[in-house]
Amino acid sequence: MSLPLVEVTDLKVYFPIRSGLVVERHVGDVKAVDGVSLTIFKGETLGLVGESGCGKTTVGRTILRLYEPTSGRIVIDGKDITDLPERELRPLRDKMQMVFQDPYSSLNPRQNVGSIVAEPLLIHGMERKEVDAKVRHLIEVVGLPHDAANRYPHEFSGGQRQRIGLARSLALNPALIVADEPVSALDVSIQAQMINLLEDLQDEFDLTYLFVAHDLAVVRHISDRIAVMYLGKIMEIAPSQELYTAPSHPYTKALLSAVPIPDPKVERSRERIILKGDLPSPVNPPPGCRFHTRCPYVQETRCRTEVPELRAMKQGQVVACHFAEEIADGKITPRSEMVGLAP
Amino acid sequence: MSEPLLSVTDLEVRFKSRRGTIHAVNGISFDLRAGETLGIVGESGCGKSVTSLAMLGILPRQAYPADGSVMFGGRDLLRLKDQEMREVRGKDIAMIFQDPMTSLNPILTIGRQLTESLRRHLKMDKETAREEAVSLLDRVGISDAGDRLRSYPHQFSGGMRQRVMIAMAISCRPKILIADEPTTALDVTIQAQILELLKRLVSEEQMALILITHDLGVVAGVCDRTNVMYAGGFVETGATESLFATPRHPYTAGLLDSVPRLDASGKQRLVPIPGTVKTLMEKPTSCAFAPRCMYAVDESRREVPPLREIAPGHHVACFNPVPESDLPQGAITEAR
Ligand SMILES: Nc1ncnc2c1ncn2[C@@H]1O[C@H](COP(=O)(O)OP(=O)(O)O)[C@@H](O)[C@H]1O
Ligand SMILES: Nc1ncnc2c1ncn2[C@@H]1O[C@H](COP(=O)(O)OP(=O)(O)O)[C@@H](O)[C@H]1O
Ligand SMILES: [Mg+2]
Ligand SMILES: [Mg+2]
Repeated sequence: MSLPLVEVTDLKVYFPIRSGLVVERHVGDVKAVDGVSLTIFKGETLGLVGESGCGKTTVGRTILRLYEPTSGRIVIDGKDITDLPERELRPLRDKMQMVFQDPYSSLNPRQNVGSIVAEPLLIHGMERKEVDAKVRHLIEVVGLPHDAANRYPHEFSGGQRQRIGLARSLALNPALIVADEPVSALDVSIQAQMINLLEDLQDEFDLTYLFVAHDLAVVRHISDRIAVMYLGKIMEIAPSQELYTAPSHPYTKALLSAVPIPDPKVERSRERIILKGDLPSPVNPPPGCRFHTRCPYVQETRCRTEVPELRAMKQGQVVACHFAEEIADGKITPRSEMVGLAP
Repeated sequence: MSEPLLSVTDLEVRFKSRRGTIHAVNGISFDLRAGETLGIVGESGCGKSVTSLAMLGILPRQAYPADGSVMFGGRDLLRLKDQEMREVRGKDIAMIFQDPMTSLNPILTIGRQLTESLRRHLKMDKETAREEAVSLLDRVGISDAGDRLRSYPHQFSGGMRQRVMIAMAISCRPKILIADEPTTALDVTIQAQILELLKRLVSEEQMALILITHDLGVVAGVCDRTNVMYAGGFVETGATESLFATPRHPYTAGLLDSVPRLDASGKQRLVPIPGTVKTLMEKPTSCAFAPRCMYAVDESRREVPPLREIAPGHHVACFNPVPESDLPQGAITEAR
C-alpha cells in the first residue's frame, strides 16, 4: 500500500452554542465531529458517507484547516498542521483544494472564466504568457468549450460551473482534493459525466480524493475505501467492495439496505432494515454507542454505557461496534420489529 | 380492463416569459387505474411538477391555461370552476410536495390544520374531527399522536413533517394521491420509512398513487407502471418491470447506464448521456432527444415520434428504438 497523505487522529470539532440577550453565555456545544480518526493514502479515493448533519463537511473543512479543530491531530504529508499558523499554512493550502456542491457561490459572477481560473496562478507570480497557456490547458482538460475563457459563470449550466470550479482547483497542481458533495446537485446524466471526469483527472494529475457525499451508490462507485459516519463518529471504514458485500456495522447495513436500486426485481426481493425514528441531536448525543437508540441489534447495557472504539475486523476493515463478530456470525440477530421485508 | 380512474389526453402547458413562450409540457396522455401506483420519472426541468400542477388546476400565474383534457369521474378537470376544483382537490385528489412547509401553515398547530380540513370537507364535528386526527397521525406512524396535535410544524423534523403532510393528504380518503418528490429532501433511512408508509397506505386505503421523482431507484421500488419523461413529453411508458428490464427508448437506456448502482459488480465506467437538454423555447418539431442520441435517424430530426406500443402495455416514442441486441444480455433472457 502507498504512503499516507492525510492522517487524522481523534479529531474533535465543536461549535459553541451561545445564548442570552445581554451577556452571551456558552450553553453547550454542537459536537459536529467527536473523535474521528482516519487515514487517506496517496493516490486513493476515500469516500466519506453518512446522513446530513453527521459531520462530513466539518471533517473535510477541518482537514484543510478552514475550520479550527477543537482537539486532535491533523498530519498532511508527514507535517503536523494542527496548530500551524496561517503564514506557514499558506504554501500547503495550494496543495489542498476543495470542490463544493454549489460552485456558483464560490465563483465571482463579475469575473470571466479565464480570469477565475488564472487568479491563483497570478497570485503565485506566474508569467502572464505562461498563465494563458495553462488556463487554456485547464479549460480543455475539464471539458469546457474553448471559448469558455471569455464567458461568465451565469452563462453556464450547473454541471459546467462545477467544471469551472474544478479547473481553478487544479491550477496549482494540488495533491489532495476534498470534494464536498460535488455531484449531488446534478441530474444523473450530467452526474455521470462529472464522475468520469473526476476519475480521469485523478489518473492524469495523480490526485488523492476525499470524496464526501450522502449518496452511497455514487460513493461506492468512485471510492477505493469508504468511511461511514454517524453523529460525529466513524462507524466503519472498509474497502469499497467489502463494505458493500460484508458490512460489519449495523448502521452500515441499515444505510446500504435503504439505498434504492434501479432494478424492480432486486427491489422486490431485497431485505430491508427500516430504522425507527430520527437522528438524535449532536448537542446531546446518546451515551455509549451513538447508534444504540436506533440499532436493530442493540444489546443490554454495554451498548448504552460503553463507547465502542474503532477496531480492526478483517484485512483493512475497522468497525466501532461491540458485537460486530457476533453479528457477523449470526449469533445476534436483528429485532424483528425493526426489520421490514420489502413487500 | 376496467375504466381508468383518471384519463389525461394531450395535456399541454406553456409559460409566458420575457424571452418568449416556454413549452413545458407538450401533449402528454396517460391513464391511471384505481389503486395503481404510477411513477413519472425524469431529470429536473422535464415537466413533472408542471404536469401535476396542471391536473389539479394550480399552475403558477405565468402559465397559459392548460390545453387537452383531464377526465375524472366523468368531468374534465381542466374545465371545472374554481369552487368545484377546490372540492376535487381537497377530497378526491390530494397532493404532497418535496417541502411540506409549502403546504403547512407555520403559525397553526398540526391539530388545528388537520381538524379544519376534516370539518370542512367531511363536515365532522369538533370532537369527531379530533379523534380522527389522532387516528390519522397514528396511521402515518407518529407516536403520542394526542400530544403531537398541539405541536407546530417547526417542532417536527423533515421526515415527521412529511408524515404530517401525508396524514393531511389522506384525511379525506382521496382516490388519488400525487406525491411530487416526497423524499428528495430526506436522508435515505428516512426516505425508506416514508416510501414504506406510502406503499402501506396505498394498499390499505386502496388509493392510486402518482409518484413523481428523478430517482430511478425509487420508482423501481414503489411503482407498478412507469412513465419516463424528457423535455415535456413521455418517451417510454410501461410496466415498471419490463421497462427496466428492456428499456427501448435510447434515453431510458441511457439513464440506466449513467446511474451508479449500489449493487454493481466490480468497477465499471459509467456511460454518460452526451450533451445537455435543449431549451423549451419552441414547440418541438422533431424528437427532443435526437441531438444527444446515437440511435437518431433522419426521421427523428424531422418529426415528433408518437408513443407506439412495441410490446403489450409497453410504449416507446422513438423511430429507431434500441435493438434488443444492444440491451444487456441478462436483461433480455430474463424478460422473456
Ligand atoms: N459553522 C457551524 N456552526 C454551528 N454548527 C455547525 C456549523 N457547521 C456545521 N454545524 C453543525 O454541525 C453538525 C455537522 O454538520 P456538517 O459537517 O455540515 O454535516 P454533514 O456535512 O454531514 O451534513 C450539524 O449538526 C450542523 O448543524
Ligand atoms: N413559473 C414558471 N415560469 C416559467 N417557466 C416555468 C415555471 N415553472 C416551470 N417552468 C418551466 O417548466 C419546465 C418544467 O418544470 P417542472 O415541471 O417544474 O420540472 P420538473 O420535472 O423538474 O418538476 C421547466 O423547464 C421550466 O422552464
Ligand atoms: Mg455537508
Ligand atoms: Mg419538480
